Amino acid sequence: MCDTCGCNVTDGNRHPVEAGGRHATTESGREAVSVLQNLLTENDHEAAHNREHFDRHGVLAINLMSSPGSGKTALLEATIERLGREFRIGVIEGDLETENDAARIRDKGVPAVQITTGTACHLDAHMVHSALHGMALDEIDILFIENVGNLVCPASFDLGQHRNVTLLSVTESDDKPAKYPVMFRAADLMLVTKSDLLAVLDDFDPARAEHYLRQLASGAPTLTLSARSGDNLESWFDWLRHEAVAQEERVAKGETGRPSAQPEGAQLHAHAHP
Amino acid sequence: MHELAVCQALMTQVEQVASREGAARVTAVMLQVGPLSGVEPRLLQDAWPIASAGSIAQGAALSVEAMPVRVRCLECGADSEARPNRLLCGECGGFRTRLLSGEELLLKRIELERDGQAA
Repeated sequence: MCDTCGCNVTDGNRHPVEAGGRHATTESGREAVSVLQNLLTENDHEAAHNREHFDRHGVLAINLMSSPGSGKTALLEATIERLGREFRIGVIEGDLETENDAARIRDKGVPAVQITTGTACHLDAHMVHSALHGMALDEIDILFIENVGNLVCPASFDLGQHRNVTLLSVTESDDKPAKYPVMFRAADLMLVTKSDLLAVLDDFDPARAEHYLRQLASGAPTLTLSARSGDNLESWFDWLRHEAVAQEERVAKGETGRPSAQPEGAQLHAHAHP
Repeated sequence: MHELAVCQALMTQVEQVASREGAARVTAVMLQVGPLSGVEPRLLQDAWPIASAGSIAQGAALSVEAMPVRVRCLECGADSEARPNRLLCGECGGFRTRLLSGEELLLKRIELERDGQAA
């Protein structure tokens, strides 16, 4: 979004914009300046910059989000083992503290940059931009950005990724999409993970999780899988292959991709300033 | 608690507008926030005094206009109110809807004083 092309004017706020000029005087005689600018404009600009970087280098960037302990890093390990020879993979890891996750990824022979956010509960576009300085993008086909484990804050910050993947493990409850609508609405793909535990955690119903996702007006596909047992991982790999081809085609046409639930204004902005 | 980060981004924008307008003091800041922005207005209110301390907007009143969640149905075309975790069409119950309002996170307006104006 920006404050110049009008892309931040939604149906919800159009009326007050049109009703008065940019400047008006309040009852107390003070001057009122109409702004209508997204509060995260600076982050969004940096995210657009990151996205340009990815596209220029032909990289598909995927933002992985979930609560802590839902198996993001285990999924990446299994993905690298299976697809590591098919695609050149890179990983940016976000955690409050420690290099542990990046070390796990490097053990698989893949470059990984750890971002330690200290107390910050999410990654933002600036942190990812800094991390990119430590990543040879020309040598990467798919870049995974493993966000801080948190179902709230990461959903509000665009990083420049092309797709959002949200994980929900069966050790959580199947109504998480109803409890955390902002996060799950942002998902281009929902992965129900740790399916090997479904036999003992029979109160979790993947169909019910999908039902709650649909109530968010989301048509995103869902896959139920297990990184530990390998159950249904091939479907996830096929989704990645499909997305890698789609990104190649976009880059060839000079286009870019963004998560489907990006705010409407951001999409308009992308059209207005290709 | 990403509201402090959001508030700091807000402060940067308020300072930019104030500087562009040649303001001596910012007296009020108005936002529009929808529930699907993922930002909690009450926490913004808590973070505001911290983010604005020592700035041109110190002591300015922060008001947040809560935006309704509204959807347009892509099946039947109806516009209706919805809940953040139930974005279905209020008329036909369809899930293929487009959000009309509810994810705003906007700096709507600021009120300011220029030098020489009465405080």
